[in-house]
Amino acid sequence: METLINDFSVGLFFMQAFILLILILLMRKFAWKPILDALQNREDGIKNALDSAEKAKLEMQNLQADNLKLLNDARAEREAMLKEARDMKNKMIDDAKVEAQTQANSIIAQAQAAIESEKKSAMAELKNHVAGLSVDIAEKVVREELANKDKQLALVDSLLAEATLN
Amino acid sequence: MAVATKTIKFIAVLVLALSSFSVFAEGGDQDEKGNLIDSPEEIKEYIAHHLKDSHDFHLYTDNASGKHWGFSLPVIVWTKDGLKTFMSSAFHHDDQGKVVVEKGNARLVKLHSKIYELEAGAATVNFDESHHATNAHKVLDFSITKSVFGMLLAGLLMLLGFGALARSYKNGKSIPTGFGRVLEPLVIYVRDDIAKPNIGEKKYRKFMGFLLTVFFFIWILNLLGLTPLGFNVTGQIAVTACLAIFTMVIYMFSGSKDFWAHTLWMPGVPVILRPVLAVIELVGFVLIKPFSLLVRLFANMTAGHFVVMSLIALMITMKKSFGVVGSTGMSLVLALFITVIELLVAFLQAFIFTMLSSLFIGMAVEEHDHH
Repeated sequence: METLINDFSVGLFFMQAFILLILILLMRKFAWKPILDALQNREDGIKNALDSAEKAKLEMQNLQADNLKLLNDARAEREAMLKEARDMKNKMIDDAKVEAQTQANSIIAQAQAAIESEKKSAMAELKNHVAGLSVDIAEKVVREELANKDKQLALVDSLLAEATLN
Repeated sequence: MAVATKTIKFIAVLVLALSSFSVFAEGGDQDEKGNLIDSPEEIKEYIAHHLKDSHDFHLYTDNASGKHWGFSLPVIVWTKDGLKTFMSSAFHHDDQGKVVVEKGNARLVKLHSKIYELEAGAATVNFDESHHATNAHKVLDFSITKSVFGMLLAGLLMLLGFGALARSYKNGKSIPTGFGRVLEPLVIYVRDDIAKPNIGEKKYRKFMGFLLTVFFFIWILNLLGLTPLGFNVTGQIAVTACLAIFTMVIYMFSGSKDFWAHTLWMPGVPVILRPVLAVIELVGFVLIKPFSLLVRLFANMTAGHFVVMSLIALMITMKKSFGVVGSTGMSLVLALFITVIELLVAFLQAFIFTMLSSLFIGMAVEEHDHH
């Protein structure tokens, strides 16, 4: 202990205090402050960059989700539109079919009616014609037959007999 | 890059300046055999001499001619006659108080690495039985001793190294180049692993200047102590005491209201005990904590130097028992081993000093949000 106290140099103590004080002040001004500031700035920069990267990632995810949603919506809409179009097509085809059917039916009916009336008129004409022919023939026959009186009478009788049968 | 080249040039110049040794004149205390240090007593004395601060660099002694190789350093002392400055070569490497340097009215001698001023009228130093000077007293010695030189060197290295690192940021580059890449992680280490956990995220910034300076100062000086130049700066009790007192002053002056409340009037204990506790706490903060700091660093570094030198000396002391090869080999292996450990201790002590300083500062600035 005595040697220790003996070895304690007051001058050295003051020199050391002086040097340390100056050194601390110099180092603070010229080294530590700029170094620590630069480190702090860099760390802040890195932190900000990481934060913004994270934010961007999140935004990207949101965007992607939005995109997906939009895509799904679009797809659904397209589906719906296609379905609607298909339905419309079917309906139109059906409608057309029905209309065509009715049209056809009515045409057929008209045709049938026309045919019927034509047939009737044809029949009537034929009847008239046949009747005329018959009358002519009958006239001719009658003229031939009725050249003598007996035959005329006989014919009238037979005709009458026939007529009563009708 | 330009900064780095400049720094290298500067260091080269410094090394050149250091290597231009001056030759001391013949020493006064040579014995007839050429002063070979080869007995255990001499080795012990040599180690003790090394552990002390010294006024010159002693590198080598030519045994045949008795010449000392090394270079002297300026002596600045405050005597009764005022401030005296001269080169330590004026003592002719005498450490026994035999060479008297006269400067004005002051007569100075160097005795066991300390400079004494003779009392008025005395021409030589008289000693009592325990080899204490009876007619001389120590002077206030502001010399650029080996330790002061080491501190200046460490300070210069720090200013150059970290100054360059700081400048490298100013050029708009946020990432350092060259040697700064080594220094930057160390700064971050001190900040993130020493200051922040102990002082707290909010208040650490104010103390970074002190903590960083002290950490690198101690570390560099510890490492300088491992070089063959023979620095033992952190093994000087005055140096460690000064460091510890700086820490003490800083935490005493930055103590928060809570700190003083807890120190002087501890809540939660009986009122009668409070003054007793206040005394204990105050003694703890003012004396015990700085004392533990200063003794830890001093003792570790001194012990390290002592052990390394003793192990190197093994090659002389064990020569008789193991032979030249055996003792040299043993000394080499053991000294190498301990030197590697000392390399670790050099860092560790710087770390522990800074760590405990920040811990004490943390205690002082802490704010309790309960009660």
